[in-house]
Amino acid sequence: MQLLDATGEIDDLWPEAGETLPDAGRILVPLERLEQALASPLEIGVHIPNDTDPKSLIPHFGRLAMISVDFPSFADGRGFSIGRCLRGEGFVGRLRATGPVISDQFTYLMQCGFDEIALPDAVASRQPLEDWLSQPELVTLGYQRGRQGRGSILDQRRNHA
Amino acid sequence: MYRYDEFDHRFVAERAAEFRDQVRRRLAGHLTEAEFKPLRLMNGLYLQLHAYMLRVAIPYGTLGSRQMRQLAMIAEKWDKGYGHFTTRQNIQFNWPKLKDVPDIIDALAEVEMHAIQTSGNCIRNTTSDPYSAVAADEVEDPRITAEVIRQWSSLHPEFTFLGRKFKIAVTGCEEDRTALLLHDIGIQVVRKDGETGYRVTVGGGMGRTPMIAKELRAFLPRADLLPYLEAALRVYNLHGRRDNKYKARIKILVHEIGIEAYAEQVEAEFAAMDRDAVAAPSEEIERIRAYFQPPELAERSASSPLIEQMKEASPEFAAWVAQNTFPHRVPGHVAATISLKPIGGAPGDATADQMRAMADIAETYSRDEMRVTHEQNIVLPHVAIEDLYKVWKALAAIGLDAPNKGLVTDIIACPGLDYCALATARSIPVAQRIAERFASTQRQKEIGPLQIKISGCINACGHHHVGHIGILGLDRAGIESYQITLGGDATETAALGERTGPGFGYDEVPEVIEKIIDTYIGLRDGDRESFIQTYRRVGMEPFKEVLYAAA
Repeated sequence: MQLLDATGEIDDLWPEAGETLPDAGRILVPLERLEQALASPLEIGVHIPNDTDPKSLIPHFGRLAMISVDFPSFADGRGFSIGRCLRGEGFVGRLRATGPVISDQFTYLMQCGFDEIALPDAVASRQPLEDWLSQPELVTLGYQRGRQGRGSILDQRRNHA
Repeated sequence: MYRYDEFDHRFVAERAAEFRDQVRRRLAGHLTEAEFKPLRLMNGLYLQLHAYMLRVAIPYGTLGSRQMRQLAMIAEKWDKGYGHFTTRQNIQFNWPKLKDVPDIIDALAEVEMHAIQTSGNCIRNTTSDPYSAVAADEVEDPRITAEVIRQWSSLHPEFTFLGRKFKIAVTGCEEDRTALLLHDIGIQVVRKDGETGYRVTVGGGMGRTPMIAKELRAFLPRADLLPYLEAALRVYNLHGRRDNKYKARIKILVHEIGIEAYAEQVEAEFAAMDRDAVAAPSEEIERIRAYFQPPELAERSASSPLIEQMKEASPEFAAWVAQNTFPHRVPGHVAATISLKPIGGAPGDATADQMRAMADIAETYSRDEMRVTHEQNIVLPHVAIEDLYKVWKALAAIGLDAPNKGLVTDIIACPGLDYCALATARSIPVAQRIAERFASTQRQKEIGPLQIKISGCINACGHHHVGHIGILGLDRAGIESYQITLGGDATETAALGERTGPGFGYDEVPEVIEKIIDTYIGLRDGDRESFIQTYRRVGMEPFKEVLYAAA
């Protein structure tokens, strides 16, 4: 797996949970083990499938430092709405997109509130880092308002007027 | 007409550069064919039966002479000298080479055009009424709203990888010419207590499971448009089916959970949203509105002695005026339809020469503006009655003077087996043979308003479900078989056609259509009762009898 964000490749600081949870530190658990993790004193990251109702996580926002959203395929865009929904509901922790997404989706993911992307090795080896890092130069403008990380054309027009 | 500002220009230029980069990365192996496919589709590039096909967006069907001339240039330089106007008010080129596509996209950008989102599982070209700013009963020019939606839906970061394609239409009139109720979302501009807003419908569509849309909101205040659309799309994106491509349109979601449950979820999402952060500022709507100021047409006399004289002298001209013009809100003017359905032609096709001639005519006689209709014709929206003879002569010179708008030979047909990789049967030759059988202007006039729509497979690109007579071409053990439906309607009284019974062979279709029409003529209550009215009165039985009894 390769982990990257807008700055380039980054270290993964979220070890996946083994059979037993450690006593301290941070841990990444699948959704079905969230209850177990919540009962521990650990710093928690949770990995959710993309048919999860994002609103079901709202009660746990205070305990969740990271949410990883599964992208089973780059063509399955549910995760974009999940990210957007989590941010809209006030999630301020780290948001990760996990799966075989493509570099052309990098900017959109950021705009939907994601911070980082966890890529399978097979995808990472085909799509070199520069493909990802050059995306912000390829896509500098968008019309939609209320998005992260980029001013909207509509707002820029208003400021120009 | 809307004109690009510096931001629109940069946006489109960036998309062109991005596509070049995507092609480069595909060739370098960074992207697999599976990964590249949705990217090229999102830029309008299909792989068809014989070649690539590039579909160019004509937002809400409006285009100027400069743009039409550029389309002619593209047809000549990079295609085989013609283009095909589509039911989504777009144009497609059937023979471009992949290597030329980035250059074509650059050429489009020069005239403020693009091919963004004319395909793929995203929000498609927003369509509208070809008689915008013409129809007297229009609440407001729907293209103002359509342009707001065009911008909002362009590369929307959240809704660019939907479960399936998503089509939006906007009308400003009660009388619907946009097939509004056959759209994923339909928006009708309405006025309530002096306030302008929208009636929103959802879940219409054709394809293999045709459905008529249901009302989602009776009145949506104007300022809430984009937040509401965002809520509607989000619920669809999160909950629409992804397990089966044929059940992935929003109509299936709405059908399966019910309109009440869907509406409830949309309203909840909408209520929770920071609406001000998403909505278009009112200054932006006013900025766009300024581009759609109706042209200043001087009022003229509603009748022209010269034109009356020419009608006397030329029955062909008289027939064209009677059939192909629509009343304009400014006295002394009409909107004139250029039929792209000459007898024996491929419906919706125009050559580069014809495109250039249409551009010249529009420049001289129609305030430099044209509209592509979902019936695959071109409208000249602002023509002085006094100029009609000159317009008609100029059209006759390029073979586009067919006086058949809305008549039996004004057929919608998908490209079918002649071009399309999905097709199961031919469409264009069927349309041509029916048109040839009913070529007589006099006979067409006697038959009256009648819409025949032909699809070459169950995906229904030819809108057969809503044809007064619908024709669906299927493959039955290697032989083309055509199912006939009757009673479809694409307007505000939308209805899906009913099947007559077993299908017919390719060679039988013109004969079958003639039998249906003769049956109608025999049954109609006076010559003013149209086919669809008669069908609604008498039902399927008499037609069935004629078609199957003798066999």
